[in-house]
Amino acid sequence: MSDTGAQDINRSKPVDWALKAYIFAAYAFVFAPIAASFVFSFNSDRFPSIPLGHFSLEWYQAVASDPLVWEGLRNTLFVGVIAGVVSTLLGFGAAYTDYRYKFFGKQIYLALALLPPTIPVIILGLAMLAYLSRINLSGNALSVIISHVVVCAPFAMAIIRLRLSQMDPALEPAAWNLAEWKTMRHVIVPFTKPAIFGALFITMAVSFDEFAVAWFVSGLNETLPVKVLGFLQGQVSPRINAIGTFVFVTSMTLVILAQVLLSGRDATARPDADE
Amino acid sequence: MRRHVSLYGLTFSLPLLIWQLLFFVFPLAFLVALSFWTVKNFAMRPDFDTINWVTMFSRKVFWQAYGTTFALAAAAATLTSVLAFPCSYAIAFKLSDTARRWLVFLMVIPFFTSYLVRVYSWQIFLSDAGIINVMLGQIGLGPYSMLNSIGATMIGYLTLSFPLVVLLQLFSLVFIDRTLIEAAHNMRCGRLRTVFAVVIPSGRVGLVIAALFCFILSFGDFVSPIYLGGGDPTTLSILITDTTKSGQQWPRAAVIALTMIATLMVVAFAAVKFAYKGRTK
Repeated sequence: MSDTGAQDINRSKPVDWALKAYIFAAYAFVFAPIAASFVFSFNSDRFPSIPLGHFSLEWYQAVASDPLVWEGLRNTLFVGVIAGVVSTLLGFGAAYTDYRYKFFGKQIYLALALLPPTIPVIILGLAMLAYLSRINLSGNALSVIISHVVVCAPFAMAIIRLRLSQMDPALEPAAWNLAEWKTMRHVIVPFTKPAIFGALFITMAVSFDEFAVAWFVSGLNETLPVKVLGFLQGQVSPRINAIGTFVFVTSMTLVILAQVLLSGRDATARPDADE
Repeated sequence: MRRHVSLYGLTFSLPLLIWQLLFFVFPLAFLVALSFWTVKNFAMRPDFDTINWVTMFSRKVFWQAYGTTFALAAAAATLTSVLAFPCSYAIAFKLSDTARRWLVFLMVIPFFTSYLVRVYSWQIFLSDAGIINVMLGQIGLGPYSMLNSIGATMIGYLTLSFPLVVLLQLFSLVFIDRTLIEAAHNMRCGRLRTVFAVVIPSGRVGLVIAALFCFILSFGDFVSPIYLGGGDPTTLSILITDTTKSGQQWPRAAVIALTMIATLMVVAFAAVKFAYKGRTK
């Protein structure tokens, strides 16, 4: 094998092969449910198992003809797009603040900016439900958007902060003879643009899949993942597989777009201003 | 780095601060207040009464659920860490850079698939007439009842946190100074001993943080214990959903949630302290 990394370590072919087999087994475990969901979404049987029935699109048809699913999808898209945009804007501001400024209480600021995803969603859901219904904001799409921004903004911040740290440290001071806003427009934003779009797609993908907080606060405006939770509670139905496959394809498209944006253009910033 | 407060700086720093104060800090703070409210005639009233704390803490069900949840989460953190380590180790030290990049990319994919759908998929594998039992049946075994058991719950927890744990472990392992491993090797330190004497201590921070994340995720998850574990034994997360969704006992749910947060904070503090123990030179 042409392992460059393994040359320094004790080597034994059988152990190496066993470890590689182990990697394969681990990935098989991780991808088994994902693959099964994909396969059974095209399978005719009411109670999915093997041997497979025949190829069928009936679950997709069942899903497509269910008005509740369409309503859920509409809510999901509405919430996801707005939550994605707001999270990305807030995350950009926080990332830039961390990159540019030193101030008293910065640790607390960063903790606030990054902590929400570590709080169990069930607790966040309960807290959001209680608080938002107290200020008469619960039970609608707005409440889901608000909660999702809390959860998603840290991801946006992390992604954009990473990009800012790749910026040539001499670049911004070099442009300081410009007004700050012009520096922002001609130096910072162009440089972080790939990360901004990357963050936008990632946060939308996170919002599309989030079900627990949304379940608590959405009221009647259920998003698609909340509907899936409902299907899971009720009659077991392969419709979940059809929805899951659809959401998976959507999310992966967003993630791959983000990936292309984040890694594709690694050129340095192109300051439009004459510097 | 500039120090002065300007309109420009505030435009970028304030929005997130305000948002997280309004919709993250306040809700959690409100949860504390809520835990002292009282419920009369199915209506919540602002109050300062310790009745909810007293009621919940004197219930055997609560402490049973607490013990169950803690034990399950600790077991999940241990099991996931142990199962993930050989995988992370092999990816970090036995593969080419290209292969490693691909495997990392693949391990990120699960984060963008619905956890609910994956759990439902496990039902297809584990149910009485499911894939595994059909396969076992072909070699004359079973059927075994696998769903609605602790084992099935564990599979759910693994599904939830295995990818994250592998990535975090991997992240700490690839940054280990390889000359250390080379040195151990030159001094005739065996393979397994190198792992335990060099690799694990060097990557300790990442390994502990990974286990901590698994603990946090499993501790708060309600999907696996319900849909794979069958809701029995009851966990704190099930208790919260039941208490919240059925009626107006939100103050009691708040007590459970706050107890969970306190527990997680203690565990996180202990874990971080352990991770960095002896690190300050």
